[in-house]
Amino acid sequence: MAEKKSLGKEFTKGIIAENPVLRLVLGTCPTLATTTSVESALGMGLAASIVLVCSNIVISALRKVIPDKVRIPAYIVIIASFVTIVQMAVKAFLPSLDEQLGVYLPLIVVNCIILGRAEAFASKNPVLASAIDGLGMGVGFTAALFLMSSVREIFGAGTFLGTNIPVIGNNPMLIFILPPGGFFVFGILMAVVNKMAESKGKQRAELRGCEACPMAQNCSLNKKAECEAKEKPAVKAAAPAEEKKEVAEA
Amino acid sequence: MTKELIAILLTAILTQNFVLAKFLGICPFLGVSKKLNTAVGMSAAVIFVMALATAVTFPINKYLLVKFDLEYLQTIVFILVIAALVQLVEIILKKYMPALYNALGIYLPLITTNCAVLGVVILNIDEGYNFAQSMFSSVGAGLGFMLAMVMFAGVRERLESCEVPKFMQGLPITLVAASLVSVSFLGFTGIVENIFG
Repeated sequence: MAEKKSLGKEFTKGIIAENPVLRLVLGTCPTLATTTSVESALGMGLAASIVLVCSNIVISALRKVIPDKVRIPAYIVIIASFVTIVQMAVKAFLPSLDEQLGVYLPLIVVNCIILGRAEAFASKNPVLASAIDGLGMGVGFTAALFLMSSVREIFGAGTFLGTNIPVIGNNPMLIFILPPGGFFVFGILMAVVNKMAESKGKQRAELRGCEACPMAQNCSLNKKAECEAKEKPAVKAAAPAEEKKEVAEA
Repeated sequence: MTKELIAILLTAILTQNFVLAKFLGICPFLGVSKKLNTAVGMSAAVIFVMALATAVTFPINKYLLVKFDLEYLQTIVFILVIAALVQLVEIILKKYMPALYNALGIYLPLITTNCAVLGVVILNIDEGYNFAQSMFSSVGAGLGFMLAMVMFAGVRERLESCEVPKFMQGLPITLVAASLVSVSFLGFTGIVENIFG
């Protein structure tokens, strides 16, 4: 019973409390680039979720075999293999989605959410918990993309999933699906989410700079103490504490 | 020929700016743009790695992957080549050019997982560019990244001294500022076609 409860928690934390896009501010590139239409946003979310779950499972299963020193290259190879599989599947079965996502499909490899979860969770936790964590994060990522793409498509193109919307459809504001609209909608969304988080007594989501980055330990910027993260020691201290809690729970 | 190369270069810098139009490399754009000197150092390292990565992956793609019908391995091969290359460059710089290492080297490990580098390499191949065109497009992409970073660092330094409403402080206002910088780049639409078309 106790185990079931904690697995449920692993799943839900990715959706709200630790939403990768809206709370942890990871994976900003695909968030801005693929949210011009709901269709491509859902495609991106689904593709990234599949890669996330599969790579979490494999990395977690191999966590005792992979030597610590070469773990990052090993993770990248595992992630890249799954991205290639997804890429081939999308090219074969959904060629229109492949055209919409374009270069962002292979770029799932360098999506910080996936490498970040591998480093922070899958490398320390058993297979089932890692799979559920990946699924939760994937759903959270997809939900955030869906939210942003809905706003952008409704206002920018006057459609929702391709169907015309009565009043706005006559005079869509093109700027919303152009690049500036992406930054703007994301900024406003972050302001709203921060406000909601604050009213619940939680920390505001900030761009956390280096400590959120999976490469943080290998990064000489950290050693040089030039990293911006060093200017905010409070946030940094909070992050490792969270990770420890996750391990204890599992 | 030269005209075409310059058009590719200008397109990559202005109309198809990597950060502001293609959303590649947003993490360093938002994360490292707080101070002007780190922004310049980071972008110089990005230009260097982009050019080098293109110079190395182009022959690998042409003479290895295409020749043996292994194009589906592109993603895996490229990310590994870039990661290995960055490590190698870091080691060489540290040993033989400590001055350059201090200026650029500290940013190198960050760049491995930067989507702009992998992005430019894949885009060059998708566009079917030859070697010279690929190099110009990569250097242009890097210069465009630098332009965006430097401009945005200036905007953010001004932003520090402004009184921002509490709910917009931090990340939201940064993103809205980025949106406005991006609007200014929309003004370049069509300029390259007008000059060279």
